[in-house]
Amino acid sequence: MRDVALFVPCYIDQFYPQVGLAALEVLERFGAEVDFPPAQTCCGQPVFNSGSFDAALPLAEKFLDVFSSYRYIVSPSGSCTSMVRHHYAELVPHRMGELRGKTFELCEFLHDVLGAKPEGHFPHRVGLHASCHGLRELRLASGSERRIQPFDKVRALLSGLEGIAFAELARKDECCGFGGTFAVAEEAISVAMGNGRIADHERGGAEIIAGADMSCLMHLDGLIRRQKRPVRVMHVAEILAQAARDPGAEGAGGAEGAERADGADELVEAR
Amino acid sequence: MEHPEHVKHPEHVEHPDRAAAFVANGERLQWHDKSLWFVREKRDRASGVIPEWEELRALAAGIKAHTLSRLADYLEAFEAKATALGAHVHFARDAEEHNRIVHELLARRGITRVVKSKSMLTEQCGLNHHLEAHGIEVIDTDLGERIVQLRHEPPSHIVMPAIHLKKEEIGDLFHDALGGAQGISDPKALTEMARGHLRDKLLGAQAGITGVNFAVAETGGFVVCTNEGNADLGTALPRLHIACMGVEKIIPRAKDLGVFLRLLARSATGQPVTAYSSHFHGPRQGGELHIVIVDHGRSTILGREHYRRTLQCIRCGACMNTCPVYRRSGGHSYGVTVPGPLGAVLAPHVDPAKHRSLPFASTLCGSCTDVCPVKIDLHEQLLLWRGDLGRQKLVPLKKRMASRVAGWILVRTWAYLLLGSIARWFIPKLPKALAQHRWNDWGRQRELPPAPKETFRELYAKRRRTSGKAK
Ligand code: SF4
Repeated sequence: MRDVALFVPCYIDQFYPQVGLAALEVLERFGAEVDFPPAQTCCGQPVFNSGSFDAALPLAEKFLDVFSSYRYIVSPSGSCTSMVRHHYAELVPHRMGELRGKTFELCEFLHDVLGAKPEGHFPHRVGLHASCHGLRELRLASGSERRIQPFDKVRALLSGLEGIAFAELARKDECCGFGGTFAVAEEAISVAMGNGRIADHERGGAEIIAGADMSCLMHLDGLIRRQKRPVRVMHVAEILAQAARDPGAEGAGGAEGAERADGADELVEAR
Repeated sequence: MEHPEHVKHPEHVEHPDRAAAFVANGERLQWHDKSLWFVREKRDRASGVIPEWEELRALAAGIKAHTLSRLADYLEAFEAKATALGAHVHFARDAEEHNRIVHELLARRGITRVVKSKSMLTEQCGLNHHLEAHGIEVIDTDLGERIVQLRHEPPSHIVMPAIHLKKEEIGDLFHDALGGAQGISDPKALTEMARGHLRDKLLGAQAGITGVNFAVAETGGFVVCTNEGNADLGTALPRLHIACMGVEKIIPRAKDLGVFLRLLARSATGQPVTAYSSHFHGPRQGGELHIVIVDHGRSTILGREHYRRTLQCIRCGACMNTCPVYRRSGGHSYGVTVPGPLGAVLAPHVDPAKHRSLPFASTLCGSCTDVCPVKIDLHEQLLLWRGDLGRQKLVPLKKRMASRVAGWILVRTWAYLLLGSIARWFIPKLPKALAQHRWNDWGRQRELPPAPKETFRELYAKRRRTSGKAK
């Protein structure tokens, strides 16, 4: 039995490989022995949320076949983690024992299980996008609706980085409007919501919109690039990985977003 | 039986189309969103001064869940107590029966002019239309309700029925309908105008109809909450008071009221308490009190285990104020009396085919669930409905086929990898005209995701090789 199985959601595998690599790098830095089981594909969330519980069932079965022998299952995606941890109970109730207590979102795993105190240099102003499933299903932070002692695990991880500043938002945890197939089925509202989020981050002076869910960031990035706005998006894993590689030397620029795959290549070569 | 919802909203409702029309008016979108967010922030501050807010929510949810588990018993207890206090209690199976009972009570006494304070139940039952069809004039005395009544449209919010209108539009309306001066948009002047108009109606009313916020099984009394005092005014003069309530409005004990009154106003508008909480215990001297208790589909929901919890609702409207989709699409986009997340989980019980788009009018962000003072898991209910609609084949065929195909591919790693490489090969080659075509709901306003040369798993394998680790 290996320690940690990395679950890289399908769209990250295909479109944002550098996020998967960054997650891997950060986990290893904090001492996890990580394995990527290659038979994995998708947790089934998109079809499940579209109302096709039937189509999601074999995907849940497959997921369990691939992952359930590991001690931990860790994923750089709040919403996919929540799908497995909460909604598989709807699909494979008899197999929930195989999952009990071992599925984690990356930041949650670093914070709660590994007790990680990330270090490094990241001289940028960052707006934190709290993705809804991470926030309200995984409780990565105290949502603004609830009257409880405030906490924020993602921010706690990032705030140890030297030089980082945070953009304060007027609506600190409003939804970005992605919502899976919602982004397509309710395009008008989805886009209006996304634009509202970007504007709030820009008002707060963010250079980078960071989050623990690449899906939200994909939607925001799509709007940002179409409108040629100056702000850019980064997954929290990318920030942690980049900061760790930069101990604070002057002139070490940020990762440029344009050539993502090539950037990822360099990362491989650099190792 | 034709459900009264059909009368008011005859078109087949597809939320995305109506929402797009609302979004198209950018200015309206902005202020509608801002006004409701303002209320949400007020609610945050008002709930923040109660250190035990979360315990209070849990307590309220517990009381409601308990009550629902013995609903028939508590209703009977209420009936006995209310009758002993001199009230007449009627039970109505559905909207039709409710409307008939109210109409008969009025007709038998030759009543033709009625005032009504806000009640979403009577709205849902289409009572106004029913009475008007029988020659009875019904005047809504809540300001917002009166405004939408004069415009012949349904409310767009359960607590703030006219929140979708600007003060200028209300000025125009009052100019046309009440003979006010032209171009008035000062809220105070408009309120004065409405007050004068309503005073005449209140003085001339022969009966008062109210809703019920909480009915207490232990005492047989009930409470009506209003901010304008219009329930008091509407029942003070006429001899006849008819109170209409859904079966779920019952709570066990008088001391439970404190729990709900603390939660209701704070969640609804951010006020510490509603301006008027009017308590009624039997008819006033020389008067008559009739209480009509309506089921209208509620026992069906009670019988559906997974959806039962929605009956805990105290109709505060907080889930609407917080919902990012409601704020940007307006209440009318839902095409039902109760809009927003709550409406989206209630409406499909009545007619799943007609309201099939509503459970999808959400990003499942879950803010409604966390804001709800009685802890209804609204976003989970939305998801459950999606599954049920899928099983009933009420999800559009295109979407169902897409899920089927996606499911088939994703369960086969080789097929997934093949499709992925095709997509990554294809995306960069898409001509702009196609990538941004009006048929492409993603690409019309957003760039497509990047198409890297290699997948994560390829990079991972490469990295394994270079670092010399055996797979
Ligand atoms: S569902 Fe909850 S938040 Fe919504 S109106 Fe009812 S009580 Fe209020």
